[in-house]
Amino acid sequence: MTIAVNPTQSGEPIFYLADEHPHPEGWSTSLGFWIYLMSDCLIFAILFATFGVLGGNYSAGPAPKDLFDLSLVAVNTSMLLLSSITYGFAMLTMAQNRIGATQMWLAITGLFGLAFIGIELTEFAHMIHEGATPQRSAFLSAFFTLVGTHGLHVSCGLIWLVTLMVQVWKFGLIEANRRRLMCLSMFWHFLDVVWIGVFTFVYLLGVLR
Amino acid sequence: MSPDLLKLIFGRLTIESLPLHEPIVVGTFAVVATGGLVMFAGLTYFRVWGYLWREWFTSVDHKRIGIMYMILGIVMLLRGFADALMMRLQQALAFGGSEGYLNAHHYDQVFTAHGVIMIFFVAMPLVTGLMNFVVPLQIGARDVSFPFLNNFSFWMTVGGAVLVMASLFIGEFARTGWLAYPPLSNIGYSPDVGVDYYIWGLQVAGVGTTLSGINLICTIVKLRAPGMTMMRMPVFTWTSLCTNVLIVASFPVLTVVLALLSLDRYVGTNFFTNDFGGSPMMYVNLIWIWGHPEVYILVLPAFGIFSEVTSTFSGKRLFGYTSMVYATVVITILSYLVWLHHFFTMGSGASVNSFFGITTMIISIPTGAKMFNWLFTMYRGRIRFELPMMWTIAFMLTFVLGGMTGVLLAVPPADFVLHNSLFLIAHFHNVIIGGVVFGAFAGIGYWFPKAFGFKLDPFWGKLSFWFWVTGFYLAFMPLYVLGLMGVTRRLRVFDDPGLQIWFIVAGIGAFLVFLGILSMLMQFAVSFLKREQLKDVTGDPWDARTLEWATSSPPPAYNFAFTPVVHDNDAWWDMKKRGYVRPLLGFKPIHMPSNTSTGIILAGFATAMGFGLIWYIWWLAAASFIALLAVGIGHTFNYQRDFDIPADEVIRTEDARTKLLAGAK
Repeated sequence: MTIAVNPTQSGEPIFYLADEHPHPEGWSTSLGFWIYLMSDCLIFAILFATFGVLGGNYSAGPAPKDLFDLSLVAVNTSMLLLSSITYGFAMLTMAQNRIGATQMWLAITGLFGLAFIGIELTEFAHMIHEGATPQRSAFLSAFFTLVGTHGLHVSCGLIWLVTLMVQVWKFGLIEANRRRLMCLSMFWHFLDVVWIGVFTFVYLLGVLR
Repeated sequence: MSPDLLKLIFGRLTIESLPLHEPIVVGTFAVVATGGLVMFAGLTYFRVWGYLWREWFTSVDHKRIGIMYMILGIVMLLRGFADALMMRLQQALAFGGSEGYLNAHHYDQVFTAHGVIMIFFVAMPLVTGLMNFVVPLQIGARDVSFPFLNNFSFWMTVGGAVLVMASLFIGEFARTGWLAYPPLSNIGYSPDVGVDYYIWGLQVAGVGTTLSGINLICTIVKLRAPGMTMMRMPVFTWTSLCTNVLIVASFPVLTVVLALLSLDRYVGTNFFTNDFGGSPMMYVNLIWIWGHPEVYILVLPAFGIFSEVTSTFSGKRLFGYTSMVYATVVITILSYLVWLHHFFTMGSGASVNSFFGITTMIISIPTGAKMFNWLFTMYRGRIRFELPMMWTIAFMLTFVLGGMTGVLLAVPPADFVLHNSLFLIAHFHNVIIGGVVFGAFAGIGYWFPKAFGFKLDPFWGKLSFWFWVTGFYLAFMPLYVLGLMGVTRRLRVFDDPGLQIWFIVAGIGAFLVFLGILSMLMQFAVSFLKREQLKDVTGDPWDARTLEWATSSPPPAYNFAFTPVVHDNDAWWDMKKRGYVRPLLGFKPIHMPSNTSTGIILAGFATAMGFGLIWYIWWLAAASFIALLAVGIGHTFNYQRDFDIPADEVIRTEDARTKLLAGAK
């Protein structure tokens, strides 16, 4: 916003805007959403730190080597990464104003997300079946909480995604809906970044340990 | 009904959960219930529920939300202070074989509730309320960035307060101390609902605090009036910005650490347990990573208030504005590097303790710089000893003392002796009362005429001031002495009769503070009755310097008919000096956010969910959660959230002010 704050030609200072335009709708939204994401990032930071401190406390129970199936985790990771790509396609088609294509890419993103959650739940069920429950050791408490919190975020993202698809279907790609899709896009990619951390720090380093 | 069915419906809530065997609690309940009923009946009789609902509860106006925060803070102050009086009385009595009048079960709840309430539901609402009310006015904005979120945040804070208050009459509160350290707070040692009340009370309120932090950062960054660069922001806005950055960067830590504790308690995980690889010290570290920034969250806005008050009542520009800003920012950053000084005795070794001891001492440098800035602002100023200025001077003396005992505690070897002693209690009350509480009172006295259009009565204010200040010194100086003699905190009974006199003096001090609080309530009542005499029509009763004084008192819903343009640090002073003429023509419609009841409904469901989780009433928790989700999503289908205040109405409001101003001359 550039507004003349210098004295007018007559030398009188301007103390108020006689002709003012209100801030456009959503003026603060992307900044606000970024700050929210950073606060969420802090939640993950603390969970990572907790895992870092307690992650080696197996309490004579199973260790990562006994539990993690890296090939399954690799498939899972690819689900999430692919969902990020397809979300990117949704944003591209949104920029071209193609509602149908946007909805299709959003739906595909949702399916990848669902697959991710499904695989994760299978993995959890398998571990619990083996006796590696969250109650077994501090390592497993920290593991289930960190990975589960990420999964919970993805699930919230899925609910949000469906909500937005309904809103796009009802009201079209209006300004407000574009802004909302943009926020979900940031959220979705953010979860991807966090997952890269989980994959490296929890799974890869865990198996090496 | 079968016990199984009862359990399904009421969880672990039974008739025995009501503290009917505690005469003190029953008595309190009788008083509170009668008072509540009288108020309810009164509000119904005078038919103000509709007005309150439409104009206040559902309001998204930052000024009204700010005032509601202040009311919440003052109401909770009464509760938190009642706890303080009870403790002082108990400790003054329980000597020579006497058990005092409070049993251990009750006493432990009292000191826990006192700490929790004073920090989360007194200090936080007072500080947030002042920021909410003042910041948008100071930066020349019409409202905050996210007005609906603001309303929601407030009601979440209320929800947390409701849960904590409910614990007084339904079940019990935590008996763990205000930070609920495990393993004591874990399910094995605290199997009852107390810690669960603590957890969910703080979680519900914490959501509100975090969101209001995000909201105010955005407001300050995005909605400043044209011309107001960062280095032209009023100091209170600067300290608010830093405080809200601290909120956003620390409250998530509290959220996580409490979530992990709840997992330990509800699911049986092993984060903070003694066995299966858990680490209780992890909890202590994490909670202080939130806890230390928290004390700066409280005190930075107070520093901002003192800056505004000092320069206004000295009639001078603030000395060292730039250094004040940098000092604030440095404190913000350093506040994250000192958390370990709360538990030097953990045994982390000499190097770690030295690091945290030194960083702690370094914080006193920017704080000292601020102190000198205030002193130099007063130097050669034309000082007016109005109440806000009196609180400021009391702050300067008291806070320096508290700061020095803090530096003393920052020395690890000294801390090993003084850790968890009454010396520590005296120290932090010294800085929190001397800094935050005096700051909040200075702020209330300073901005009250802006909020309501009349000044506060000085007689009762001064009475309150002297009661508070002398009461504070009488109450806490003895605790320094006792702490140096080795008396630890949270004790219920004492053996050594030589200590009793100090506790009696401290008790007298607490009673004086009680008179101070009563005088303050009296001050509000008397000022309201004498509002015609104390009226201020100019909107600028103190001849002040920043933009909030440019508009009327109380300000119209839209704050400023025309957005101001800023040329100087002290924007309003500059406008006055350079012949600003208030515009009388050319008013236009003003775009404003609409009120909504969604915030209070969502917070209501969140509170119900917390209650369900506390008592294991799973159906209630699940149903409230689903309702929360449904209402939240439903709200996003409402795209029409704004309206225009028509130009006619703006003209009417502004003409009324023109008449008032003409009458004043």
